[in-house]
Amino acid sequence: MADVDDGTSAPAEPMDLVRLCLDEIVFVKLRGDRELKGRLHAYDGHCNLVLGDVEETIYVVEEDEDEEEVIRTIHKKSEMLFVRGDSVVLISPQGGS
Amino acid sequence: MLFFSFFKTLVDQEVTVELKNDILLRGTLKSVDQYLNIKLDQISVVDELKYPHLSSVKNVFIRGSVVRYVHLPGNAVDTALLEDATRREAANSGGKAK
Repeated sequence: MADVDDGTSAPAEPMDLVRLCLDEIVFVKLRGDRELKGRLHAYDGHCNLVLGDVEETIYVVEEDEDEEEVIRTIHKKSEMLFVRGDSVVLISPQGGS
Repeated sequence: MLFFSFFKTLVDQEVTVELKNDILLRGTLKSVDQYLNIKLDQISVVDELKYPHLSSVKNVFIRGSVVRYVHLPGNAVDTALLEDATRREAANSGGKAK
């Protein structure tokens, strides 16, 4: 752990990447076909997060009249959101745009 | 410990807890523990028609593990302070932010 510095050099551990995203817009993929985009204000080792000005996208598969599967998206907004880490699949800087 | 402390600062605030089974409960945050179990008072169920079985419940203990989101009032959160606390926590646990 001696090589862990104050975060000014290149990421050394996976969580360092997340630390560099603090106060930046991040893309978060969650379990249950959900995605979030918002400003990262806090995180911990469980991937618990606090995001600000979040937009949530939920993907729902539905059948139309011809019994064909169509994917519908639901969009939700939240000004401040705590996300429990066990739902988190990935965290990416700015991604998905 | 970061989020435990964070939630303690939000006691007596009105929050909406979204559970992993999609139920939304709005109520006053009364207490929280190290597992992020939550006690809510004066709850109302968002979309009550869909979940009528909870309409008579007034206060609940929620096991932390069934929580998906907690929607917070934006003005109750000092984001600069929170980011500083996160960096500090990340630094003292060897970059792991436990």
